[in-house]
Amino acid sequence: MAVLNKFKKKKIQGVDDTEYLTLRDERRISKENAKITREFERNKARKNVPESEYLSQMRDSRNVVEFDDLHTYFYTDIGTVKAVDGVTYDVPQGTTVGIVGESGCGKSVTSLSLMQLVQAPQGQIVSGEIRYLASDGKCYNIAKMPRSEMLHIRGKEISMIFQEPMTSLNPVFTIGEQMDEVVLLHEEGATAESAKAHSIEMLQLVGIAMPDKVYASYPHELSGGMRQRVMIAMALSCGPRLIIADEPTTALDVTIQAQILDLLRGIKDKINGSIMLITHDLGVIAEMADYVVVMYAGRIIEKGTVREIFHTPKHPYTVGLMRSKPSVNKAVDRLYSIPGQVPNPINMPNHCYFKNRCEKCTEKCGGEYPPMLQFSPTHFAACYLYEEDRDAVYFDALTGKKSE
Amino acid sequence: MENDNLLVVENLKKYYPINASVLGKAKSFVKAVDDVSFTIKRGTTMGLVGESGCGKTTVGRTILRLHDVTGGTVMFKGRDLAKLSKKELRSLRPHMQMIFQDPYSSLSPRMPVGEIIGEAVRTHNIVPKSQYQSYIRKVMKDCGLQPQYFYRYPHEFSGGQRQRICIARAVALNPEFIICDEPVSALDVSIQAQIINLMKDLQTQFGYTYLFISHDLSVVEHISDTIGVMYLGNLVETGDKAKIFANPMHPYTKALLSAVPMPDPDMKMNRIILKGDIPSPANPPSGCKFRTRCQYCMDVCEKEVPQFREYEPGHRVACHLYSQE
Ligand SMILES: Nc1ncnc2c1ncn2[C@@H]1O[C@H](COP(=O)(O)OP(=O)(O)OP(=O)(O)O)[C@@H](O)[C@H]1O
Ligand SMILES: Nc1ncnc2c1ncn2[C@@H]1O[C@H](COP(=O)(O)OP(=O)(O)O)[C@@H](O)[C@H]1O
Ligand code: SF4
Ligand code: SF4
Ligand SMILES: [Mg+2]
Ligand SMILES: [Mg+2]
Repeated sequence: MAVLNKFKKKKIQGVDDTEYLTLRDERRISKENAKITREFERNKARKNVPESEYLSQMRDSRNVVEFDDLHTYFYTDIGTVKAVDGVTYDVPQGTTVGIVGESGCGKSVTSLSLMQLVQAPQGQIVSGEIRYLASDGKCYNIAKMPRSEMLHIRGKEISMIFQEPMTSLNPVFTIGEQMDEVVLLHEEGATAESAKAHSIEMLQLVGIAMPDKVYASYPHELSGGMRQRVMIAMALSCGPRLIIADEPTTALDVTIQAQILDLLRGIKDKINGSIMLITHDLGVIAEMADYVVVMYAGRIIEKGTVREIFHTPKHPYTVGLMRSKPSVNKAVDRLYSIPGQVPNPINMPNHCYFKNRCEKCTEKCGGEYPPMLQFSPTHFAACYLYEEDRDAVYFDALTGKKSE
Repeated sequence: MENDNLLVVENLKKYYPINASVLGKAKSFVKAVDDVSFTIKRGTTMGLVGESGCGKTTVGRTILRLHDVTGGTVMFKGRDLAKLSKKELRSLRPHMQMIFQDPYSSLSPRMPVGEIIGEAVRTHNIVPKSQYQSYIRKVMKDCGLQPQYFYRYPHEFSGGQRQRICIARAVALNPEFIICDEPVSALDVSIQAQIINLMKDLQTQFGYTYLFISHDLSVVEHISDTIGVMYLGNLVETGDKAKIFANPMHPYTKALLSAVPMPDPDMKMNRIILKGDIPSPANPPSGCKFRTRCQYCMDVCEKEVPQFREYEPGHRVACHLYSQE
């Protein structure tokens, strides 16, 4: 057996590490995982849960959503991935909140948690609250809400637009059939005719020139930009209070992206809702967002208003991100590049996650994870640099402007 | 000086047959590349931009003769690649390399990294056998890969590292000309910067000539000396980078430039939002192919194909707005 184990090693670390898991370890982990996730699943499937269990109180009634110390983990065979590890931020009503960060930092998992769409059973919300102020005036904690109750919110009050519209549209049904279904599911008393009229109205709203024709088409007959418009039309169909847009323009060309962003901006005002915009494109964020949340390896390392983040960024990672993006009309000889890569999500270090890539790193940074420091009513960053002097300016060269 | 030009492409055409009938005769064609001409000077980078499906990749693959040429000439170091035989091409292959967008699918999963980089080096006898190992290790180091990764497999590497492996594989053949097809589009911003810097460093060190294909204008502006803008199989504008960015002339170039989101919340852009989608290249509009989306469209645009004319030295544009005077 020992010989067998030696041959069937499974690597869990990046190229620089040499730790291995044996088959036996793997089996043990998988057994433990099954026990943990079974418990979570049983809880979610309960019937007739008293409402008091998942009612909560908003911290500020001007917010639609408040994430409060959210932890979402994946229990995989090679270890626990802390995909979201203590995330706290608000989505104020009528605003656009942009979420940026590198691939795998937990942007999507945060928003999927809000929709209760994290891939179960391995993916579970482990702790924390997601408070949502529903249209009935009640504040629900979505982290604790039973699945059956969530059906009234998902797709109706909160809807989602994905990066690749083709994967979320069913290829064998026409656009019209799929749009009508959403209406019939969520609107009481809707008839086939009223649903159709509503769907066509929505297609018109998103700027589709021949809504009747598109209504009768299949997804593959439409271009990428058109499909994304259809997705937006569908998301708007039930008058949502919050739209989550996960990389809505990443698969599109710039000129089509400009059309879609323009559309999203207009829509938000029309429905008087909020948008959570997930993207890795800082340009899109600067243009669309009111507030920005910067994530790194499952945590928020900086958040603030869009001006605070772009004009007076505090965290070395935020600054690195901005400096490494080439920008039209800003000539530099050499791009700034953040060395190294994101740490492995299993076995995260217990000091600042950015330490191995940070050029401002000091002795203190080897200590425990840095606390969230506050710079203004809205601006926060987790970095030891500013512990003594909150007004310190380390990154003046970034904008070329004197930051105060 | 004429021989300053490493690559001279003239009237390049590539049509893909569609709806081929039973007898194999094509009824119609996608004109993926339709009459494209440009030159690249030795040691410089030309950026090729345009929306997806406009034919950028096809230009690259056609130049390298990865598939047949429908028409036109591709002069590389004074020889017409479009007319060379398979055998003659083989001997020229090491001089021209291509790097692809997707570093995942372009690496064989069953070969260790050293072997991936070195395979072609051996076939083409780039270095004597005795120096093979040390040569590959040097190439790996030049490309920012630690030589001890020699025996590791591609799946153990991150996206950025895999792209370095692809670059190393190209660089190992000691080429003069490298076509880079969206080499950083699949990577995160912070990793993009590492790869772009690497490519610039290698150019400075070894004098490479690049054709850099990308839809990201900010990346193209950073790395290129000259720029070509494509729309539906045609080049609509070419010129020095500075000229194109300071004074874009073609309405499409203008729209493209204005559509780039700026990472500054206080910048209010005068954005030109184009109407509609890109027409199908199988059935493009008559006259100027851009006319269905152009805000300056005139009567003549529907009837006549605009000539690709030199407007000022080194700045060519195909648009009727600039053809009458
Ligand atoms: N179904 C799953 N099983 C196991 N791990 C997962 C699963 N889904 C996500 N993860 C892990 O959770 C972490 C966060 O993933 P997430 O999809 O939120 O990233 P992201 O920030 O949206 O990245 P991207 O920009 O690539 O979309 C990653 O480490 C990822 O590998
Ligand atoms: N092998 C092929 N067969 C048929 N059509 C093709 C083939 N490869 C590309 N095309 C078509 O040629 C056009 C140009 O494609 P491509 O050069 O890949 O564009 P880009 O790289 O600019 O996105 C597109 O319309 C595409 O569908
Ligand atoms: S806490 Fe230290 S290592 Fe972490 S980002 Fe701040 S300065 Fe860098
Ligand atoms: S030729 Fe006419 S339609 Fe074409 S770009 Fe110029 S003005 Fe527009
Ligand atoms: Mg994601
Ligand atoms: Mg391509």
